[in-house]
Amino acid sequence: MTMRSQTPAILLFAGLALFPFVARFGAQAYLLTLGARTLILALAALSLDFLVGQGALISFGHAAYLGIGAYAVVLASMAGINDLLAQALIAVAAAALFAALTGYVSLRATGVYYIMSTLAFGQMLYFLFVSLSALGGDDGYTLSSRSRLFGEPRLTSDFAFYYLCLAALALAYVMLTRICGSRFGRVLNAIRQNPLRARALGFRPFPSRLAACLIAGAIAAVAGALLANQSEFVAPAFMSWQRSGELLVMTILGGVGSLWGAVLGAIIYLALEEALSLLTDQTHVLIGPLLIVVAIFGRRGLAGALAPKASGSAA
Amino acid sequence: MHDEVAAPRPVSLALLAVQTLNGLQLGILLFLIAAGLTLTFGVMNFVNLAHGVQYMVGAYLAAMFASLTGGFWSALALTLPTALAFGLALEFLVFRWLYDRDHLSQILATFGVILFMNQGVKTIWGAAPLSVPMPDALSGSVALMPGLLFPVYRLALIAVGLATGLALYLVINHTRVGMLIRAGATNAAMVSALGVDIRRLFMLVFGFGAMLAGFAGAMVAPILSVEPGMGDNLLILAFVVIVIGGIGSIRGAFLAALMVGLIDTLGRAFGAQMLRVALAPAAANQTGRALAPMLIYILMAAVLFHRPSGLFPVTR
Amino acid sequence: MKPASILLAAAAAWAAATVSATAEDKVKVGLIVTLSGPAAVLGGQVRDGFNLAVKTLGGKLGGLNAEVIVVDDELKPDVAVTKVKGLLERDEVNFVVGPVFSNVLMAIHKPVTESNAFLISPNAGTSSFAGKQCNPNFFVTSYQNDQIHEVLGQYAQDKGYKSAFLLAPNYQAGKDAMAGFKHDFKGKILDEDYTPLGQLDFSAELAKIAADKPDAFFTFMPGGMGVNLVKQYRQAGLATIPFLSAFTADESTLPAEKDDALGFLGGADWAPDMDNPQSKAFVKAYEAAYKSVPGTYAMQAYDAALLIDSAIKGTGGKLSDKDALRAELKKANFTSLRGKFKFGVNNYPIQDFYLVKAAKRPDGKYETEIVQRVFEDYADRYAPECMMK
Repeated sequence: MTMRSQTPAILLFAGLALFPFVARFGAQAYLLTLGARTLILALAALSLDFLVGQGALISFGHAAYLGIGAYAVVLASMAGINDLLAQALIAVAAAALFAALTGYVSLRATGVYYIMSTLAFGQMLYFLFVSLSALGGDDGYTLSSRSRLFGEPRLTSDFAFYYLCLAALALAYVMLTRICGSRFGRVLNAIRQNPLRARALGFRPFPSRLAACLIAGAIAAVAGALLANQSEFVAPAFMSWQRSGELLVMTILGGVGSLWGAVLGAIIYLALEEALSLLTDQTHVLIGPLLIVVAIFGRRGLAGALAPKASGSAA
Repeated sequence: MHDEVAAPRPVSLALLAVQTLNGLQLGILLFLIAAGLTLTFGVMNFVNLAHGVQYMVGAYLAAMFASLTGGFWSALALTLPTALAFGLALEFLVFRWLYDRDHLSQILATFGVILFMNQGVKTIWGAAPLSVPMPDALSGSVALMPGLLFPVYRLALIAVGLATGLALYLVINHTRVGMLIRAGATNAAMVSALGVDIRRLFMLVFGFGAMLAGFAGAMVAPILSVEPGMGDNLLILAFVVIVIGGIGSIRGAFLAALMVGLIDTLGRAFGAQMLRVALAPAAANQTGRALAPMLIYILMAAVLFHRPSGLFPVTR
Repeated sequence: MKPASILLAAAAAWAAATVSATAEDKVKVGLIVTLSGPAAVLGGQVRDGFNLAVKTLGGKLGGLNAEVIVVDDELKPDVAVTKVKGLLERDEVNFVVGPVFSNVLMAIHKPVTESNAFLISPNAGTSSFAGKQCNPNFFVTSYQNDQIHEVLGQYAQDKGYKSAFLLAPNYQAGKDAMAGFKHDFKGKILDEDYTPLGQLDFSAELAKIAADKPDAFFTFMPGGMGVNLVKQYRQAGLATIPFLSAFTADESTLPAEKDDALGFLGGADWAPDMDNPQSKAFVKAYEAAYKSVPGTYAMQAYDAALLIDSAIKGTGGKLSDKDALRAELKKANFTSLRGKFKFGVNNYPIQDFYLVKAAKRPDGKYETEIVQRVFEDYADRYAPECMMK
């Protein structure tokens, strides 16, 4: 990709990096908390955008990975493992396993059947965790403190935690952009555009799609581990189908396929919710029509509207 | 403190029969709700997440009209055209702009409709659950088992569900309109090229689907609570049903609904007991409880594994 | 440059909007309750009960002008954490009143108690904070969740019922309900059935009840699930089996259950027909203002406001003296709508509990009415584990 088409992404990340300094003029601790949560959900939306935009795999169960990552932190801390990197590795491993098992079943279906299959597995995981009393079940599990980083409790500072989330987001963005430009990414794209032609050329869709599920799931699980740290609390509600729906909405709002669009979509959706809640407690009456308008008029989402040339290769 | 688990109750034939009837009844209920969805989805290839909202609106309209007129039948009679009007309004404002678009835009827009309507009904009718009175003519009960009455209303629901299924089947397969619908489901462009006003057809199907959902909501209101968000979980169930049945197939939706109803009910009724064959009682109970809500999803995954397009897919 | 300028402008505007000015002679209360989804009616009662109290006190608490900021936790624990941090850091509230649900309480307990504000729960009273993890900055004006279930267990035991069938949703509160009932009921438990959350059709469970023929039926089935269960229970002809319930046939669900719930029994720390002047005045004022019969949620929220009022008055309006405020809160020096009220060592109430039944008033509205007192000056059973003084 040329430098030009990366401009919006660069500006976006620059803005995010500068945000804590702007937040000094407001209620800093609260804004940093809000900001960290936004970055975490943006990370999850980013991974979903990769899945949907590059793989044409619309997952309605992506929040399951957030839950897997969050509960990985819980289980790790119960076992005495407090280092964030170790916990993230466990989260990634669990996510990969889940993606492999469910992908084997789901990827046999296409279209809406695939969507519903992902929903089914997301629901199964949700109900499983609701029934686990040892982890608090529906009430959730409170973590005694945030994870340690390289042995020290560095994450207690909201400032440090915000930048950690931003670093994770930036890293994921760069990694996914590289993957999209790699041979694997282009094969995936070809399969998305025309599976029959891709098969004719000798590319089997299943392994590529499964790999895409694994990558997206792993990244979302890292987001889940960060989410557990952000609220210092984990509940099955993290993986309800409504959450999966919200992630999908953020991704679509931002414009599928541009990757940075998903980040933007998450930011706008959450900022709007927060800003509107200051005015009224009827936020959904306003957000609902907004989504409808964006769906009808914004063919490529916000990314497509703001920076058409840089909004990615999704048709 | 009691930690011991009671001895398993004897499974009499009567109990088995009753639970099977319960399962079938639940299935018919699901069919009423899913029928409209499979129609709109099958014909227009439109992901309508707002179907649950249409069901909810039907229930709320029934509650409102019932409190105004005092009776169930008049409420039902008023609800049907209003639900149809609501469906057409939604079609006009939102859906007709999205027929040509990809599923993602449809998901986004209908999600917005859900958010708006869930808050909307709360604003109009308040957050507290509402109720609809049972019609007097149907408020009796039949003794199924000593001590257990089965409300006549539920028998009426079963009858209505079966009648609706039959009517839909006849219309779809044996009338001209039905033929156009089937043709439109297979190849909308071709139908349009043959001179049929495809927009009008879509509007008709959509309006009818909305009315069917509203009808289901109104029919179900006397036995279930009417509250904001009541359609959300049912929406998921409806999608499960139509996916198992094969999108676009009324016959598939009917069978799938019965399957889902039976498995869900029998699983809840006898699941823990069946597990006791393999596990210790306490573990069987725990596992049974955890598995119960998952059963229908396991069913769906199993069906999709063997038949990735559902049981009776409509070939395009 | 469009995207960048939009982003920076939005960020700046948003940050600017959050700058808050603090006034010295004002007390700020953040009310965090569930105001969306099917459970919104409960959050609405808490909000209305609290606001009514503030209004009755002339818009002041403890003589200081009161500002009440209402926030919706959406029944999502992680959203609740973010919003409560907003209340604490952006709005700088002195008190956080809420939440309705236990899982939200678990999430917000730590952020609030570790901050400068006090957390007062008008409904959720989990066992976790009643025992070893009791906290000096956390007060409960409702009860410890188990106690309501214990009322019904004790009643069933006193009545001499030999067997019972138990039904609750399959989540933590449901499990606590079963445990609470079994604590006092020594008869035979024929079945302990857990249904999936949000279940609508109870036909399968009702058939099991009919087959088992228990002496009594106990259930914890809140919200819409309760409405469905009550209606279907009656329609199935099972009403000859006594229906003992918690949070299933109360003022939040009775308007929908109507005659189907008449005579069904419940457990509570109060009912709208309680015979003392302040309670009667409260019920009258609430119905005039909000057109519905108040339930315990509204009552407990009203008491929470009275508690705050008494505490601030006790310190002479000095909000900054946290220790004095804490001591005053602990004294609970106010006239509760329930009559008797005092805090145990763990800051959970010691109060009377009653058996109540669903009834229809002459004016056609439904309410719960006191049948008999079951527990007097009843403390929760986790208090001995609390190490606070």
